[in-house]
Amino acid sequence: MSSVKTPAGVETGLTALAVSVRGVTKAYDNGVMALGPLDLAVRKGEFISLLGPSGCGKSTALRLIAELSAPSSGIVRLVRHESKAQPGHIQPGHFQRGHGIGFVFQEPTLMPWTSVRENVRLPLKLAGVPKAEARARADEALASVGLADFAEAFPRELSGGMKMRVSLARALVTDPDILLMDEPFAALDEITRFRLNDDLLTLWRRLGKTVIFVTHSVFESVYLSQRVVVMTARPGRIQADIRIETVEPRGEEFRTSVAYSDYCRKVSAALAPSYAGQSTL
Amino acid sequence: MNAQAPVTAKPSGAKRALRFVLPVIVFAAGLLAWELVVRIKDIPPYVLPAPSVIFLTLIKDWAVLSQSLAATLLTTLEGFVAASIGGIALALLFNQSKWVEASLFPYAVVLQVTPVIAIAPLLLIYLEQQTAVVVCAFIVAFFPVLSNTTLGLNSVDRNLAGLFQLYGASPQQTLRFLKLPSALPYILGGLRIAGGLSLIGAVVAEIAAGTAGAGSGLAYRIAESGYRLNIPRMFAALLLLSLAGIVIYGVLALVSHLALRRWHESALGKDN
Repeated sequence: MSSVKTPAGVETGLTALAVSVRGVTKAYDNGVMALGPLDLAVRKGEFISLLGPSGCGKSTALRLIAELSAPSSGIVRLVRHESKAQPGHIQPGHFQRGHGIGFVFQEPTLMPWTSVRENVRLPLKLAGVPKAEARARADEALASVGLADFAEAFPRELSGGMKMRVSLARALVTDPDILLMDEPFAALDEITRFRLNDDLLTLWRRLGKTVIFVTHSVFESVYLSQRVVVMTARPGRIQADIRIETVEPRGEEFRTSVAYSDYCRKVSAALAPSYAGQSTL
Repeated sequence: MNAQAPVTAKPSGAKRALRFVLPVIVFAAGLLAWELVVRIKDIPPYVLPAPSVIFLTLIKDWAVLSQSLAATLLTTLEGFVAASIGGIALALLFNQSKWVEASLFPYAVVLQVTPVIAIAPLLLIYLEQQTAVVVCAFIVAFFPVLSNTTLGLNSVDRNLAGLFQLYGASPQQTLRFLKLPSALPYILGGLRIAGGLSLIGAVVAEIAAGTAGAGSGLAYRIAESGYRLNIPRMFAALLLLSLAGIVIYGVLALVSHLALRRWHESALGKDN
């Protein structure tokens, strides 16, 4: 099985689940229900967006999938695909390629005290990958986000968009099955965001990762994803699950097409009930 | 920005030079006034020695004074190293266990708030003199290291901590690659305070010990010269103590700057 999958290949592999969330709830310590019950199935190689107003628990859902916090009830299951691992390549102490998840936070979350390359190498360093190999893979990941020339730079020397690219490179360096992104481009200006959206789509088409992308932008979610999962607040629940179908690869024509604005209207309409009765906001 | 850079560079360069030159001018003017007053009023050196007399005494008594300087600096260094290692180690221990912190922190505070000049005579009874002096320097200097390191270890970015958790970092890896680098600016700030304080601790203990008998440090020299009404030598020893303090501060500030210059706000230029 080829490790490079096209989005079209996803359509044929209907049964291959990457993430399965069943009956998951999350309550805060004070008893307030933040999320759920939530049911979500994400297929391998799929690009889905979790869209909703702030406080709807979409980031909480992402943290639960990343196992950064534990659900109060229910099951989160990540399906690992053995076929992606290359037999004979894995040596003791190595990070297994194709294992686990990559996480991109809302902030770039880089270590300010060290170079871009060292930041990207971190996940491999923690996994005990030998230095030479880890450096090579970090440089490879940096090249894939267009930052090959900035390996020696320090994070403070980069712009906001470039920092986010470093963060993305770090998430990709372990070659994860699943990429979780928590409003990664929310703090960027629109021009930078458009460019990063396009670059993210290019990367996704090339690498065939499963992507779960949290955003509060209708336009971003429709542009990027194959499925937009609309969530409502208090407690966070799934309101609608809208499939976005268009000619791939997407580009500037899609962003300016009638189909795109129709989808945006549809998603906005699904989002509307979550704002109903919230006049206090 | 680029077009303005050459224009703004000159005044800022001149300003920087002024910032350096002005204190020197003030210093020279002060010395001159002092010298003139002493000469015109014909004040005897056992009341107020002129700067020139102090300087000559410094040269004349250099053999004695340099030995005392070396003794005081050694005590200061020992106290500083002990305070640094002790403060950082205790902070790491506190960071590992809330219960250890809760049990021991009050005593660290007690040790800090009790004036060291009052503890020194007791230490001199129970400990050998040289040890007692080092312990005094340690007591005064270790608290800023402890509290700053604790603050630094608790100031780790939450998302970065999450990232380390996500990639299954061991506690040792988290400490080495995340907590210690995060805390470094705070630790260096603590060390900078501790450097000056260990000198103060050493001096206080020497003065307390000086009245008790044998001693060789600069503070002991000051006390001894006082009894002998050798006022110029008191001033000379004081001058050396000040210089030692300035050098200690300068060295620690330089180390801090070199360690942080590439990434930390405190070490970066104001306009970038």
